[in-house]
Amino acid sequence: MIIDSNLYLSRWPFRRLPNDETASLVKKLKQNQIEKAFAGSFDGLLHKDIRAVNQRLAAECRTAGPDLLIPVGSINPRLPGWEDDVIACHEEWQMPGLRLHPNYHGYQLSDPDVKKLFAMAAERGLFIQIAMRMEDDRTQHPLMRVDDVNFAALPDLMKQNPPLQVTILNGLKSLSGAKLTRLTENPNLTIEIAMLEGVGGIEKLMKQVPYQQILFGSYFPFFYLESSLNKLKESDLGMEIEKQISRENAQGRFLKPSQR
Amino acid sequence: MIWDLHCHLSGVEGKTVDERIAQLMGYADRMGVERLIFFMGWPFSVDPTPDEFRKQNDQVMQAISHWHDRAFGFVYLNAKYVNESIQELDRCVKNGPMIGVKLWVATRCNDPAIDPIIKRAAELNALIYQHTWFKSGGNLIGESTPGDLALMAKRHPKVPLIAGHIGGDWELGLRAIQDSPNVYAGIGGSDPTAGITEMAVRTLGADRVLYGSDIGGRSFSSQLAKIQGADIPEVSKRLILGGNLKRLLTPILKEKGIKI
Repeated sequence: MIIDSNLYLSRWPFRRLPNDETASLVKKLKQNQIEKAFAGSFDGLLHKDIRAVNQRLAAECRTAGPDLLIPVGSINPRLPGWEDDVIACHEEWQMPGLRLHPNYHGYQLSDPDVKKLFAMAAERGLFIQIAMRMEDDRTQHPLMRVDDVNFAALPDLMKQNPPLQVTILNGLKSLSGAKLTRLTENPNLTIEIAMLEGVGGIEKLMKQVPYQQILFGSYFPFFYLESSLNKLKESDLGMEIEKQISRENAQGRFLKPSQR
Repeated sequence: MIWDLHCHLSGVEGKTVDERIAQLMGYADRMGVERLIFFMGWPFSVDPTPDEFRKQNDQVMQAISHWHDRAFGFVYLNAKYVNESIQELDRCVKNGPMIGVKLWVATRCNDPAIDPIIKRAAELNALIYQHTWFKSGGNLIGESTPGDLALMAKRHPKVPLIAGHIGGDWELGLRAIQDSPNVYAGIGGSDPTAGITEMAVRTLGADRVLYGSDIGGRSFSSQLAKIQGADIPEVSKRLILGGNLKRLLTPILKEKGIKI
């Protein structure tokens, strides 16, 4: 069984995706032994009424994928009153974490509001997911060119909030070498494999990142689900490490005992 | 049956090409890839001189020399050097083990100056793979688009041509070659974005779509997923994963006495 840390519901703004109807998405997840999936919303990229986005996300997870889909609310700290969105995600919809898209929302992780957001999340025991990119920059719509998120400020932010768990989504196309190890020096930083490329990708990643900090993530339905599933086979991981990456690392960090 | 159109000797460690290809074959075995086509040596050279492309082709011929009937080579040429490229075609294909041509980003393929190379390759039944991209940030000066290849294809209507990467931005690339019946879509070497294969089959028909991985920079996992995860008939998947490439290569493989 697998826990997927990187799933999106609703509509990608630039084309319809196969399986972007939640019912077919859930069916496909179940067919492929995905037992839990942390789901954000594509609407969280561009919609300004983020409260309604998160409300719909929570309702969709509850009705279409109870016990499988776990909603992760979008927060945009450039919106007036964003703090209320954090409170609503936590208290009204009992979301366990928050998903950020700094590049689509036009801010840097060094901005003062991000410091406040991290502190709020840490105080409430919420995890934070940050999507580094949403697609290959070479295929972006010409009117919607978006740079990758710059993570230079992240290590200090995490140091200021020691218990906070942070996951980088869609990071492994761009992050490697010293840039990556500087981030993963903090054991509360995890990274998922959706955009990991190269033959034997996970084997190679494990030379840089402890396997305890590597998570299964598919970026389904934007990517074919089989891409990340295949990666577990392409690398010679052994049963124990495969179990950790595909399930137990996420289970221990992000699921409440009642959800396990 | 999986035949991989697009492999490089990169992404693994190894002082010699023999060491590298042996490792790559190990991953191919894990993923069930039966036959593989390699082109270009390393380090990559975007605008190689004749001396450089000869060296790169020597690397590939050395690498495949121990993998008869399983690993094949396409000769890497630079259309800026027409005479030298034709000599290299004869050295590596007519008088050597190679079975196709790789053209990368030195010059755009819509320039009629390339025609003698295409004609000679066709005489030898060598299959032609042309790298193509539509980059939203702009292509390299010599980098072809699928539209460029469609123009070239009109001048050589009986020669099968492969649009490598199908332009990266496949929604544009597939449209650009849809009216060029001798152009095939190589769908490897880009992110495993869901819908690529469905649109390729819808636009071109399954018999004009080819699997390739672009290892070692890419993974078998992500690129196989494009077919495994697509909502298309099983018979179409078999064509894309190997049937089409086998059909296109059968004339030259038979000439070379290679068991199919």
